[in-house]
Amino acid sequence: MKELLGDIDRWRRDGERIAVARVVDIEGSGPRLPGAAMAVTESGEVAGSVSGGCVEGAVVGEALSILAGTTEPRVVTFGYSDDEAFAVGLTCGGTIHLFIEELDW
Amino acid sequence: MSSIHPIFERYAALIAADTPVALATVIDGANVGSKLLVTTDDAAPVGTLGHPELDRVVARDALAELEAARSGVRSYGPEGQTTPEDLVDQPTIRVFVESHARPPEMWIFGAVDFTAALARVAKVLGYRVTVCDAREVFATKRRFPMADSVRVTWPTPIFEELGGELGPRDAVCILTHDPKFDVPAVQGALATRVGYIGVMGSRTTHDKRVQRLREVGVDDSGLDRLMSPIGLDLGARTPEETAVSICAEIIARRTGKGVPSLRDSSGPIHS
Repeated sequence: MKELLGDIDRWRRDGERIAVARVVDIEGSGPRLPGAAMAVTESGEVAGSVSGGCVEGAVVGEALSILAGTTEPRVVTFGYSDDEAFAVGLTCGGTIHLFIEELDW
Repeated sequence: MSSIHPIFERYAALIAADTPVALATVIDGANVGSKLLVTTDDAAPVGTLGHPELDRVVARDALAELEAARSGVRSYGPEGQTTPEDLVDQPTIRVFVESHARPPEMWIFGAVDFTAALARVAKVLGYRVTVCDAREVFATKRRFPMADSVRVTWPTPIFEELGGELGPRDAVCILTHDPKFDVPAVQGALATRVGYIGVMGSRTTHDKRVQRLREVGVDDSGLDRLMSPIGLDLGARTPEETAVSICAEIIARRTGKGVPSLRDSSGPIHS
């Protein structure tokens, strides 16, 4: 999160709304440990990362839908094969669980 | 703006200052998104997860996670219940604890070229780096601009002053290969809980040093804590390559992976 603070500060001074996705759990192989974070603004700017680049695109979509109010803050899982999973996976074969919410606290 | 986002403002300020802080967030169950910010000073936690008893239990667990520099998900009952029998027929609240521990420390003894390279690599890995040498002309901030602190001191005083703060995540690297500095530095490091002690030198230097350390009363368990000669057996030659071999050894010791350390092989280090 530390590496995101500069961008977050700048965006907030510009009056942008921001969503933050954080890795909360990993199973098997996963490139980033719990605590890794990425931030997305309403206008689609991005800072940080939560994987090796495999799922960031899908995270942006999820973050924007939270900012738009169409999705509640929640845990989303990538690299799983059940119904709740996203179509994108991790090439490493691992599973990551992210918590995505608006930065309104 | 600070009145709108009081928890984030405080959290961001603490992280930016490398002050230890844990942020607990409900990620599943009642009050998703609610926050509790916990610090290691005696300040009351900021925020709430929805019940005072839940806050109390999570704050306690978050401090333990912070101490261990661990982040992860923990499950509770709505009033902070944690034992399986208390959780029967209770909805579960899952809480993510994000720990921001203080950065690990690396103390490097000896102000030489290898020190500058090691300090640079250690900074990349997130260490707070202190360089120590008794020689005022060598131990200067100008020669080691990447170090967080440069101390003109003999080993014994700095260990007496600050050794108590070293723990399992920290490292002491002794690059002097001069007995009058090495021996007190090793003795000082062994008196701490530091997780990694590496000591530089050729096989010959190492053998002589072991003898001197025995003479001053270092026993087998003390000698066994030393990674000497320092580093992995990579065939590193330059200061930068050597720095990588040292930092790689620190990672391997932490993870318990069986990669070849110079300590555990024999023959010339450079062949």
